[in-house]
Amino acid sequence: MPWRIDVDRETCVGSGMCTAIASNRFVLVADRARAVDATVEPDEAVLDAAESCPMEAIVVRDEAGRVLAPER
Amino acid sequence: MTTGQQPRTYPFGEADRLRLHPTYAELRRSEPVTRVRLPHGGDGWLATRYTDVRTVLSDPRFSRAATVGADVPRTTPLVSRDTNILTMDPPDHTRLRKLVAKAFTARRTEMLRPRAEKIVGDLLDAVEAQGPPVDLIEALALPLPITLICEMLGVPVEDRVDFRRWSDKALALTAFAPEEIVAAVEDLRDYIAGLVAQRREHPTDDVLGTLVQARDEGDRLTEAELVNFGVTLLVAGHETTANQIGNFVYTLLTEPEHLAALRTTPDLVPAAVEELLRIVPLGGAAGFARIATEDVEIGGVTVPAGDAVLVSMPSANRDDAVFTHPELIDFRRETNPHIAFGHGVHHCVGAQLARMELQVALSALLQRFPALELAAPVEEIVFKKGRLVRGLASLPVRW
Repeated sequence: MPWRIDVDRETCVGSGMCTAIASNRFVLVADRARAVDATVEPDEAVLDAAESCPMEAIVVRDEAGRVLAPER
Repeated sequence: MTTGQQPRTYPFGEADRLRLHPTYAELRRSEPVTRVRLPHGGDGWLATRYTDVRTVLSDPRFSRAATVGADVPRTTPLVSRDTNILTMDPPDHTRLRKLVAKAFTARRTEMLRPRAEKIVGDLLDAVEAQGPPVDLIEALALPLPITLICEMLGVPVEDRVDFRRWSDKALALTAFAPEEIVAAVEDLRDYIAGLVAQRREHPTDDVLGTLVQARDEGDRLTEAELVNFGVTLLVAGHETTANQIGNFVYTLLTEPEHLAALRTTPDLVPAAVEELLRIVPLGGAAGFARIATEDVEIGGVTVPAGDAVLVSMPSANRDDAVFTHPELIDFRRETNPHIAFGHGVHHCVGAQLARMELQVALSALLQRFPALELAAPVEEIVFKKGRLVRGLASLPVRW
């Protein structure tokens, strides 16, 4: 049941939060975050990254498209 | 590259107003990661380039937790024994940070903008009523962030005289005796513990109430973590922004060209806030050492496991590898990826709140007082000394 990661690079401020929490899942490219792979196997660290992003620029969804993080 | 050489004495000198010591620029050019000797805790490394600073701040091989209770290089005689959000590594840090992250997102912060505008409006009414000269630190810079963080946390703003006094001491390096600093932190803890106890009687939905609930119902943090978190949020939630409001207004009033640009083009305020965040060094000197948990190659040197590393964010923010003409103030930079709020997991949780407060304060001030100017010769404007952050003792203005 893979998850989908979307990073809104327009909203991202490049805080480095996600790349530090889940360094194998996110990378900074031109000072903005990007998912290393848009589709990943379930991984708590990805949820942590989405919950901790100050801009709420990361959205994690399950296969059915339900938002897993961030909580609103 | 510095093998066999004496480490440099650090800090390079007492913080001089808002100037950055020229040695940082020298080091960025020739010795980006260099040995330094601090007044306490011995020797460590200092990183000054943007890319290295960002690496130290975000690479998990550099630990904050390893500094707790350790005799690490530092500018204060006190060894920090506190475990708080600033001295934790993931996953503990993540566990705590997530509990409050929601309250400080850009979206939630933006919802507070009208409230911030109202607070500033009222404060500036009082300034007008009082008439010149007015000290903007007491009249605007302190009360705005204090009122907002109190409302968010659920701390009674009427208690500000007490917690201001404690907070001022808690952020001192040498301005007070070590035992006074320790006592002030203890007072802050007792104070927050009292508010926590109240919430157990009468639950609230403010940030402190949320943390109490997370402890009592979810067991998601310990009692000590809860109290220390409250203290950190209260202190960090106003000292930094209050000092920067003063520092930014001082900078604008002493740089007429940039002040004029903002007056003719008020839409520039958000970009101006970012540029002032980049150029105005809030920290007096690098602190918050990190310990390398393994040998790490950085900036052309190998930092051995167990060594302490300091980073200068103000220096990183003036790195010409990233910023064109970094010593110049330019409100129209195409990109401004400054790291004034840090980088990585410790990136300031209140960054969006601080940005919003700074924007509201500057906008309202310039709009209300088009002829605002210093009410004393610039050399008579005094900065506080011996503290973690730079800030004015008072900022007398007239209009």
